[in-house]
Amino acid sequence: MSRAEIFWINGPVLKAHPEGNFQMKEAVFVGDDRLVAEVIRLDVDAITVQVFEDTTGLTPGMVIEGSGLPLAAELGPGMLGAMFDGIQRPLRAVASTYGDFIGTAVVVPSLDRQRQWRYQPVVAAGAEISGGCCIGEIQETADLMHRVLVPPDAAGTVEWRAPEGSYCIDKPLARIRSPRGLVEVSMLSRWPIRVPRPFRQRLALERPLLTGQRVIDTWYPIAKGGASAMPGGFGTGKTVLQQTLAKWCDADVIIYIGCGERGNEMASVLEEFPALEDPRTGRMLMERTVLIANTSNMPVAAREASIYTGITIGEYFRDQGYNVALFADSISRWAEALREISGRLEELPAEEGYPAYLPSRLAEFFERAGRTKTLAGQESSLTVVGTVSPPGGDFSEPVTAHSRRYVKSFLALDRDRAQARFYPAIHPLQSYSEYVSCTAQWWQHHGGVRWAERRDRMLTLLQEQARLEKMVKIVGRDALPPSQRLVLVCAEVMVEGLLRQSAFSETDRYCSPEKQAAMLELIDYFIQRAQALVEGGVDPDTLLTLPVVRRLQRMGEDISNDSLGDFAGLTRALNDALDAQVPNMQDESGEQKVVGE
Amino acid sequence: MIAPQHYLFHTGLTSIQGPLIFVRNTQGVGLYERVEVLAAQGGVRLGRVVFIADDKVIVEVFQGTEGLSLGEARVKFLSEPILLNVGPSMLGRVYNGVGVPIDGGPGIVAKQRPHIDGNAINPVRRDVPREFIETGVSAIDAMNSLVRGQKLPIFSGSGLGHERLASNIARFARLRGKHAEEFAVVFAAIGVTFDTAEHFRREMDEYGAMQRIALFLNLASDPSAERLLTPRVALTAAEYLAYEEGRHVLVILTDMTNYCEALREVSSSHGEVPSRKGYPGYMYSDLASIYERAGRISGRPGSITQMPILTMPNDDITHPIPDLSGYITEGQIVLDRDLARRGVFPPIKLLPCLSRLMNHGIGKNMTDVDHPAFAQQLYSSYAQAHRLRLLSSVVGEEGLSAADRQLLRFGERMDDVFIRQDDRRRTLEETFDLGWMLLAELPDETLVRLSDTQIDDHIKLHRHGR
Ligand SMILES: Nc1ncnc2c1ncn2[C@@H]1O[C@H](COP(=O)(O)OP(=O)(O)O)[C@@H](O)[C@H]1O
Ligand SMILES: [Mg+2]
Repeated sequence: MSRAEIFWINGPVLKAHPEGNFQMKEAVFVGDDRLVAEVIRLDVDAITVQVFEDTTGLTPGMVIEGSGLPLAAELGPGMLGAMFDGIQRPLRAVASTYGDFIGTAVVVPSLDRQRQWRYQPVVAAGAEISGGCCIGEIQETADLMHRVLVPPDAAGTVEWRAPEGSYCIDKPLARIRSPRGLVEVSMLSRWPIRVPRPFRQRLALERPLLTGQRVIDTWYPIAKGGASAMPGGFGTGKTVLQQTLAKWCDADVIIYIGCGERGNEMASVLEEFPALEDPRTGRMLMERTVLIANTSNMPVAAREASIYTGITIGEYFRDQGYNVALFADSISRWAEALREISGRLEELPAEEGYPAYLPSRLAEFFERAGRTKTLAGQESSLTVVGTVSPPGGDFSEPVTAHSRRYVKSFLALDRDRAQARFYPAIHPLQSYSEYVSCTAQWWQHHGGVRWAERRDRMLTLLQEQARLEKMVKIVGRDALPPSQRLVLVCAEVMVEGLLRQSAFSETDRYCSPEKQAAMLELIDYFIQRAQALVEGGVDPDTLLTLPVVRRLQRMGEDISNDSLGDFAGLTRALNDALDAQVPNMQDESGEQKVVGE
Repeated sequence: MIAPQHYLFHTGLTSIQGPLIFVRNTQGVGLYERVEVLAAQGGVRLGRVVFIADDKVIVEVFQGTEGLSLGEARVKFLSEPILLNVGPSMLGRVYNGVGVPIDGGPGIVAKQRPHIDGNAINPVRRDVPREFIETGVSAIDAMNSLVRGQKLPIFSGSGLGHERLASNIARFARLRGKHAEEFAVVFAAIGVTFDTAEHFRREMDEYGAMQRIALFLNLASDPSAERLLTPRVALTAAEYLAYEEGRHVLVILTDMTNYCEALREVSSSHGEVPSRKGYPGYMYSDLASIYERAGRISGRPGSITQMPILTMPNDDITHPIPDLSGYITEGQIVLDRDLARRGVFPPIKLLPCLSRLMNHGIGKNMTDVDHPAFAQQLYSSYAQAHRLRLLSSVVGEEGLSAADRQLLRFGERMDDVFIRQDDRRRTLEETFDLGWMLLAELPDETLVRLSDTQIDDHIKLHRHGR
């Protein structure tokens, strides 16, 4: 094995004189404690490595040992419901061996070697099998069939396969005679985290990832296989929104990466998810979730690796034919880790101290999202959603600006809304989604034919509102004509009634597509009737004082997904209250005539 | 990990640059190893190895390099990281910025010698903080509730009375329901004036609270690089008090702005490429290594609640110091010059305040079922009032409708009646009562965050009470 001797130490970055051959991105081990590290630069007489653990106490002369292999994730059953750090150390197992604090020199395999899994082969000996195809299955959770796949480059003849039974993950389950020799397949496989896993073909995006959040599903959808960025200053609701999506979106597998964020947030995910049910399947949410936690106080190089570890695990489930959604909170902390390592290497910085390769790294990461046909021919997808934490909430900074180039859904979180406790604080005019057209088809079938038309009408209303509010600032609201005050009234009711949705309300934290369609329809109906009334002379501001309009603004909280029948009652009440305005309408229109004359 | 030998160098210094010294011919020196620098005229200064190459070692000297000379200074490498002696009876004492007692009392009998940088708590071992702390301050208890194990900073400006607020909280804070269990307080003065530290001490003394306090003092006149150690030393003591002695510890760190400036100074002497405003790119991670030491660990009785104080340069909340802090801490309490000028104490500016852990600690079985909706409604109405205040400053009050004028008035009453409380402690019940009373002055239709039952139970009750 190749070795190197340390001669230079700067925080998590080391340089060493090599003996023997090292490769770029090779996993290496440092010192007697065998700290995990990775080669990040090669020169004739020096290798540079970044260390994923605390480097306190390292001294020159210590030995770095090569592994000959790139830094890789361990893949197999046992990841769902678990929490790993940035280089995939299983944090529960680490805690049971090392205690409450994460020290150094932690050696625990990513996946449990002792645990046995019930395995059912699906191919017979003698069969021809191509790369990426399934040789057998494990019912890992009630909803997820874990498929054991042949390595992508190991097509051939199944020479031998294990019978049905219980096996540990490293037991051989099949031997395949392939052009590159005899390949042994077990449940456990490894994949280099920085290399995207192969698939047969990319497919066009055509379905929304249903999140149960009205402002996303109805206004700014995320497509299955798409990529989304959520920038926002601190406290604007990025993490809550991501966790809400991770809870309620209709993916089969969730990868949630706490990348350089708070320990307590990961603890609360660990506490909440096991107690929550998937509204579609009734299964516990934790059963479909893989957690990666490399909090802000954990080693910075492992933070850099964490998103690659996460996305590799995501691709692994995608390749089994599942729809996977990956949430990374936050991309900015990853970029900062990149910046810190780059600074230690004394590389020439580009913008704001970030290395010049930041945009290409971001592009590579977001490009790993997609809807795909797997090597085995199944349709699957990997959706990537990342938060961005711009310094000072300024979206022109490099990480926001570059992320924006590679995502098609941009959900801008707004400080003013968050400060008024208006959640989710997604700014409806600064946000956008280029997935509207590809998801419109789906909504036509689930929200009615007029869905797209209604959505457009609401957006126009919001734009009008923004324009009129500027005028109000100059002339005051009372100076506007009734038709314009009507726009403001309708927009206010719409914003409160549809866009506001508390993540902590048990009835409203997840809003089914049916409920969304019903709410959209009702608000649209209100707007049309209000318009007629105001044209007939009713003062728009009196509409706001109607008790039923207050109920309209609270309907998300008051009407649950399983009592959609209540919308009929609310519509009736609305009709009654508005009908009662009709006499006023005649009175006032009479008055208005007088005024007009 | 570091070889257990001592190395003594007499003449290895090749350069002294600001807080850094460069030493040649070192062998077996480990990263972040503790160093003692002995000046010719006597005195020992604490330092740490921060960079190692085969021909040189860079040592950060925390206690100043004034008076050192290349020929005469001696450098001693101690083969261990910087450790702190912790043990029984640490409370009621005064220490310097590196944790040495300076009150004339005996040294601390070390039961343990932990590493001052601490280790990260394994996230799976954290307990989500959820025990509501009644601070006695309405704006906090009702709208930005603090829970045990939270890190909630005060973002202030010079002269806004943040230390007064912090010492009020340190005195008032207690849990509800159970017997009034008081906090042990660890107070770290980081580059503040002697007056500030002394004032805090006197205040606590006056209320007979001195026996549950440990004071760590790095004063404005102390070397600035030492500020990098003070919060870490204080937190190491706090961790002992919390996790070994089972106490609930409130850690007040003031002023983190001085800490960040020391960080910038040391970083620039290394010639590092700066990020915003000259602060190092790793300031986020560095601050996190301090703030993340708040929390609760499952199965251990104590807790660490942090209340870092920082003064926002030019009252600018987007300045890197408050900005990065806000990205790490679990909310923030923001003080405001306008309110202070109007004589409102505490001058808490509600809109930018936040407590991220509030939802875990309030509501049914904890404070009151209607607490979440109550807080939401106060916020929503106050935000509307704020918007109208800006509007009316342009178009005049005449341009507003009657309902809008009511809201405007609500905003003023919030400042003058609810937020203002001077140094008087309010129970949570008093706070609730005051808040519902103010909301009852608004028309029902504006109260869309309240359910019909909540309106009946609270709002109508208050109106009829009048
Ligand atoms: N969708 C939401 N519903 C209700 N409250 C929310 C929502 N989003 C955010 N909040 C509130 O805002 C606080 C800050 O949100 P968080 O997601 O932690 O912000 P960020 O990650 O952007 O700093 C949360 O603690 C919560 O109180
Ligand atoms: Mg967050």
